[in-house]
Amino acid sequence: MSATSYGWLVLAFPVAGCLTVSLLWNRLPGRLPGWIASAAIFGAFLSSIGMLLKIQDRPEDARSLVDTAWTYAATANFKVGLTILVDPLAVFMCLVVSGVSFLIHVYSVAYMTGDRGSSRYFAYLNFFVFSMLLLVLAGNFVILIVGWAFVGAASYLLISFWYRRSTATAAGIKAFVINVIGDVGLVIAAFLLLDKTGSLDYQGVFAAADNVFRVNDGTLIAACLLILVGAFAKSAQLPLHTWLPDAMEGPTPVSALIHAATMVTAGVYLIARMHPLFEMAPTAADISAVIGTATLVFAASVAVVATDLKRVIAYSTISQIGYMVLGVSIAAYGPGMFHLMTHAFFKALLFMGAGSVIGAMSGTQSIDRMGGFRKAMPFTFITFTIGALALSGFPSTAGFFSKDEILGFAIARGGGYVVLAVFGYAAAFITAFYAFRMVFRVFYRNPVPEARELDHGHLAHHPPQNPATGEEEDTDVGFPGPEHVVAERSWPMKFAMTPLAVCAALAGLLQVPGLDDAINKFLEPTFADSRYASVNPGTGTEWSELGLGGLLAIAGIALAYAIYLRKRERRLEIRERFDGLHTFLVNKWYFDELYDALVTRPIAAMGRFGRNVIETDFVQGTIVGGATGAVRAGSSVARAIQTGYLRGYALVLLVGVAGLALYFLISSST
Amino acid sequence: MDIAWFLVLSVFIFCIGVAGVLTRRNPLVILLCLELMLNAGNLALVAFSRMHGGASGQVFALIVMVIAACEVVIGLGIIVALYRRRLPIDVDELSELRG
Repeated sequence: MSATSYGWLVLAFPVAGCLTVSLLWNRLPGRLPGWIASAAIFGAFLSSIGMLLKIQDRPEDARSLVDTAWTYAATANFKVGLTILVDPLAVFMCLVVSGVSFLIHVYSVAYMTGDRGSSRYFAYLNFFVFSMLLLVLAGNFVILIVGWAFVGAASYLLISFWYRRSTATAAGIKAFVINVIGDVGLVIAAFLLLDKTGSLDYQGVFAAADNVFRVNDGTLIAACLLILVGAFAKSAQLPLHTWLPDAMEGPTPVSALIHAATMVTAGVYLIARMHPLFEMAPTAADISAVIGTATLVFAASVAVVATDLKRVIAYSTISQIGYMVLGVSIAAYGPGMFHLMTHAFFKALLFMGAGSVIGAMSGTQSIDRMGGFRKAMPFTFITFTIGALALSGFPSTAGFFSKDEILGFAIARGGGYVVLAVFGYAAAFITAFYAFRMVFRVFYRNPVPEARELDHGHLAHHPPQNPATGEEEDTDVGFPGPEHVVAERSWPMKFAMTPLAVCAALAGLLQVPGLDDAINKFLEPTFADSRYASVNPGTGTEWSELGLGGLLAIAGIALAYAIYLRKRERRLEIRERFDGLHTFLVNKWYFDELYDALVTRPIAAMGRFGRNVIETDFVQGTIVGGATGAVRAGSSVARAIQTGYLRGYALVLLVGVAGLALYFLISSST
Repeated sequence: MDIAWFLVLSVFIFCIGVAGVLTRRNPLVILLCLELMLNAGNLALVAFSRMHGGASGQVFALIVMVIAACEVVIGLGIIVALYRRRLPIDVDELSELRG
């Protein structure tokens, strides 16, 4: 089988899984739907490996394969088909997406036990993975946009999976609306590129772009910025990030899926995929790098004060995606994708750990009410700490190598990029601080009642309620199921978390400066045309930067230790001293309020104006009312003739006939 | 004999029929008056046929008779149906078609 056949298989497995589970949802007992869905994703993962092996067999300059299943539209010199592009970047993304998704599926099998909607859940989950795989395998803009929109739709379905929870449905709508903003940007960008280059295939566009556009051509910058709108909406970058923290309303494995594998990385992938365009429009790339940096600082600062466990991790995702966007925008493609991969490992792991803790807390998500779970949940504690270490960039963990490689590349680019790198290092310090704020507050200190109960071998159980609002709930379909699970007592969860913990700890060794360079080498054929391929920080510089990153991580952890363990009583004191800053951060820099004032309220006012003035007065009153009025007036005349008296009709008939007869007699006689 | 006599008689009968249709309220009488009007027409047709010496007027008269027979069948049928449903046998009270 060729590499592209494996590519089709990668897409076919999740589709088959989705159809099987959704069509047989009420025939499959218990956990079977979950296992079928997991098997489907495992099939996709194996096919991705097949793709990898096949593509590695080929010479380096022939590793980009295109295959078209059928053609949708073909005119004189323009063709659009169901085309996939298999190249190292696509294979890399497929491996990360399907591999991590498989583990999340397995985790979900245990986590969603007892939820009445679990078949629907797994059908959505398979659809989500299929959409993402379609997105990364797409060979032209049309398929890319299809996958892009599918991902948005699937995220909507899964975020509002517990559809009787009002906060969940609101979050789903918010995510969908912001994603559609991105879709529109991407579609318009595709139109612009089609207009100028006459092609929608990646390779056609990239080949034509060299001839059509000058460097920093206005149209090209516009197209790139529109692509960035799409990328930022999906990847939750400023100013389109507000949906991601709210997306925590979905089940915890869905958060893991969105954050680690299937959704937010799409924007990073898109920028990497479009790198020939961005390199011809350095202005757009620089804007992207600056926004990525702004996002990573912003999100890290908010994560410091967030009290919802899942939201802290959500803001850390926004922040880490900021690093990736910075990376791929400054042409550090290999490091950017490397960080994407390591982030997928440790972020999925963190969410799984959080899910386990939330299970032990019987649904509560606030870290203010957690504490002391270290003894009761040793497995979760160890894996979560590994994830937090990797997130902090603790020396030798995965995040340590990948994050510093991006920042090292930025320094090597020189000029203004050094400033961005400085911000990146500052945020790395904050990252280490808030990562261990989570660890210390959740696992250390005095055990809360739930932890003590679990220590005695009994899982706490609270009446079901909405963790955000405290509303009472039941456990029927549309709300979370009655059962809570912890990783300690569920082998599928352990099975999913163990490989991720190993990868989060060790995946950095794939790319150690001076030793090996596996990811960069593998991705090189895709990015061989990069103008900045020669930028190389040099091994010695890289190690010194790694040292700096490691020191910052340790300093951040030490600060968290000092504040949250050593001098706990001073915590409130510190908070009071920075009261204004604290309020500002707790309100997430007032972005939601800003959008409310700038967008939501004006549009709501316009809607009210439309309903009260245009609809009621103009449409109903003038147009519809005028037409019905005219018809009614005309028909009342016609009705008056219809008296219902037979003799009246006869008289009218007679007079009419007599009149006609007279008329003809008179007119014929003259 | 002058054709004018026939026509004058025909006009008289026709007018009697019209007056009956317009003034009477019993549908049975109205049907009778309609017959009068039709037969007034028949008389005029036959008179013209005689005057021209052709047969076409008489053929028309025969056709009118057939139509008259059909009309009576339908009209009487309606009247019987009205009677069976115990509706008033009065055209002024049967005014459901009023708009």
